Amino acid sequence: MKAYNIIDHEYDVVVLGAGGSGLRAAVGLSEAGLKTACISKVFPTRSHTSAAQGGISAALGNMGEDDWRWHMYDTVKGADWLGDQDSIEYLCKEAPKAVLELEKYGVPFSRTEEGKIYQRPFGGMTKNYGNGIVQRTCAAADRTGHAILHTLYGQALKHNTEFFIEYFALDLLMKDGECKGLIAWNLNDGTIHRFRAHTVIIATGGYGKVYYSATSAHTCTGDGNAMVLRAGLPLQDMEFVQFHPTGIYGHGTLISEGVRGEGGYLVNSKGERFMERYAPNAKDLASRDVVSRSMSIEINEGRGVGKDQDHVHLHLSHLDKSVIENRLPGITEAARLFANVDVTKDPIPVVPTVHYNMGGIPTNYKAEVLTMNGSEKTVPGLMAIGEAACVSVHGANRLGSNSLIDLVVFGRAAAKRAAELVKPGTPHEEIPETETQKCLDRFDKLRSAQGDNSTAELRLSMQKTMQSKCAVFRTEKNLKQGVDEIGKTYDGMDSISVKDKSLVFNTDLVETLEFDNLIRQAVATVDSAYHRKESRGAHAREDYPKRDDEKFMQHTLAWCDGKNTKISYRPVHQSTLTNEVQYFPPQERVY
Amino acid sequence: MVQLSLPKNSEIKKGKYFKDKTGSKNLRKVNIYRWDPSTDEGPRIDTYEVDMDNCPSKVLDILNKIKNEIDSTITYRRSCAHGVCGSCAMNMGGKNGLACTTPHAEIDGDIDIYPLPHLKVKKDLIGDLDGLYKQYQSIEPWLKNNSTKETTEIYQSKEDRAKLDGAYECIMCACCSTSCPSYWWNGDKYLGPAVLLQAYRWIIDSRDEERKARLKKVADELKLYRCHTILNCTNACPKGLNPAKAIAEIKKMLATANV
Repeated sequence: MKAYNIIDHEYDVVVLGAGGSGLRAAVGLSEAGLKTACISKVFPTRSHTSAAQGGISAALGNMGEDDWRWHMYDTVKGADWLGDQDSIEYLCKEAPKAVLELEKYGVPFSRTEEGKIYQRPFGGMTKNYGNGIVQRTCAAADRTGHAILHTLYGQALKHNTEFFIEYFALDLLMKDGECKGLIAWNLNDGTIHRFRAHTVIIATGGYGKVYYSATSAHTCTGDGNAMVLRAGLPLQDMEFVQFHPTGIYGHGTLISEGVRGEGGYLVNSKGERFMERYAPNAKDLASRDVVSRSMSIEINEGRGVGKDQDHVHLHLSHLDKSVIENRLPGITEAARLFANVDVTKDPIPVVPTVHYNMGGIPTNYKAEVLTMNGSEKTVPGLMAIGEAACVSVHGANRLGSNSLIDLVVFGRAAAKRAAELVKPGTPHEEIPETETQKCLDRFDKLRSAQGDNSTAELRLSMQKTMQSKCAVFRTEKNLKQGVDEIGKTYDGMDSISVKDKSLVFNTDLVETLEFDNLIRQAVATVDSAYHRKESRGAHAREDYPKRDDEKFMQHTLAWCDGKNTKISYRPVHQSTLTNEVQYFPPQERVY
Repeated sequence: MVQLSLPKNSEIKKGKYFKDKTGSKNLRKVNIYRWDPSTDEGPRIDTYEVDMDNCPSKVLDILNKIKNEIDSTITYRRSCAHGVCGSCAMNMGGKNGLACTTPHAEIDGDIDIYPLPHLKVKKDLIGDLDGLYKQYQSIEPWLKNNSTKETTEIYQSKEDRAKLDGAYECIMCACCSTSCPSYWWNGDKYLGPAVLLQAYRWIIDSRDEERKARLKKVADELKLYRCHTILNCTNACPKGLNPAKAIAEIKKMLATANV
């Protein structure tokens, strides 16, 4: 192996990732006086939070009566009872505070006549425990994520957060089951950096790029999730992958649920508003798993539109022009650029598209990572937040606009908890060199790889397998094939090739390291899906069409040592955090 | 007589030629600027023949196709692929834009792809934006308001909120600033259109209590008045924003207000 020069750093806390949750945590940590580094493989405002459109949920009650308990009920039901209700209570109760804080940071929210934050209806968001639609989703037109991300970056600058930008994280440094820091590669000059920290907060987002068609950015490769797997820790509920009902057909660009919130609706080839049949009350604003399944059924039964009858139409030309101009300008632009459609005249061709990972690194509501061995014990020195984490507030299916609120509520919670746990300036323990060596061995092996398989070919094969074998509807047979095919693709890594051998901005190697991260998560996802023999939320098994609370009201835990997985389960928390709300027992889920 | 010479590595040479291997009848030639800091070689232009029958419509699709199928060493930034993250700003067919929203059909003849003009190049199509980010930090892009009430938001009328439209949407891709000759010449001192648009965004936010101080801060011969209304910025913005107008508004405020 070539010798790598290592540059050492010491911080109280290291935040990995600079999207919405990472930045919110970094701001809180700086406020608490902790020496904090924020590491990101892209400049913070390039993070995928920028792509969130519709809004951020919080029971502010600006547009009619609302109550955080109603929000909690909706989230529990949206999650198909797989969410931990103590965490969901925390999320919904803290949400209004977190949004008001964002407003004070300067987020340019749209406004009501009275000058308050504008809120729009969103899928699954109801009043009085499922009785009617509520306006709970706070919006900055249809660019809410962009507005929040840029504002949070400004706050981080205000607090002089130390950024390490365009650094690609390689591995966690573990010692006796505790996290002691991480190693990253500086793309700007090719140097290797070792960060010692009392707490590492993983905020690396989702891993949508295991699929062929996803609304996710190219950079959504779940690097933190894979680092956790390599550290011998499990990921949770990985089979729950959200398909957003309205990705632009053929391109995958997201069209916000806000379109349906503002009155848009889906239509099949017969010109029928088919959601009325599947969800008589909520119609087009049923939760995402329900709408995506309904669309897939319409298409499978021959009522899709287009030459191949393989998508449906989203109509919004009936909406008032001012609504389109003021509240949906971003999707108007996206439809023009990527579907060549003028939304004031024609419908947008849409199809269910991979959008969000409910699964991820298991944590409690304080953002502490759980479990070496399946217990509720925390892993000292390690936290996770945002889409990378599985708190679990989204359970088997996330409600639209609950992800942005997840970012800021748990970003804030992580900073608070770290401030309780870490005393500024505490000296660092020695870490054995073997950890560094192990990490650099993998790095160097991939860097010098000279096999026959290109990273792009292997990635494509993984993405196509996931798209066809682990999609909206799943069966035993399909999933078994998926497990086998993903295993074969994994074996292809033995003969992978990296042509660029340099160290400065070697994106050939970055993509290969990202693929190494993705394939492990693909293995964990398809194997977790294979073992869950029920239908719940986003996991729809044709061979097990019913939810099975007796056997599967449990979180899946998946350990993955390369190609080999171990699956285990851990019970869903069936209690609330306080007495301010009662536990919501499982019910049949109808919209 | 004074001998002027260009620095080493400033001459761009003809590089490798990658001939089509697919047998496609529908080929386009794509010329890409290449430079690798880890070699001693100067920059070069590599040429790729690309099968357009199996390539989606945007310039980023071409780059991805080349990286995935022809030459995995080409280096560029990209992330969201739908015009919101601002990573893939570059110069295509002589115009700045986002590779993910620029249709290649709009470029005639060979497709020339260069980094954003007048930036130090880090590698291939990756430009150094560190200077621009520092300037962004210098305008203090955060709300200054002493309201401490935790239970309510700071109210803002619809009309006041509408003033932020056209400013808050900026994705900091730098297409505008790197198209501005004044920024090319004085980029170390002149803030440039991208950063001035953001300065304006905070100046006109009705919730901000430091408008005067903000105006004072940019009222500088070099920071602001190096804008000579060339308007390349507005022409270049891939989001359809108008930084030139924002700069003019700042100048107008300074001329009319008592700062």
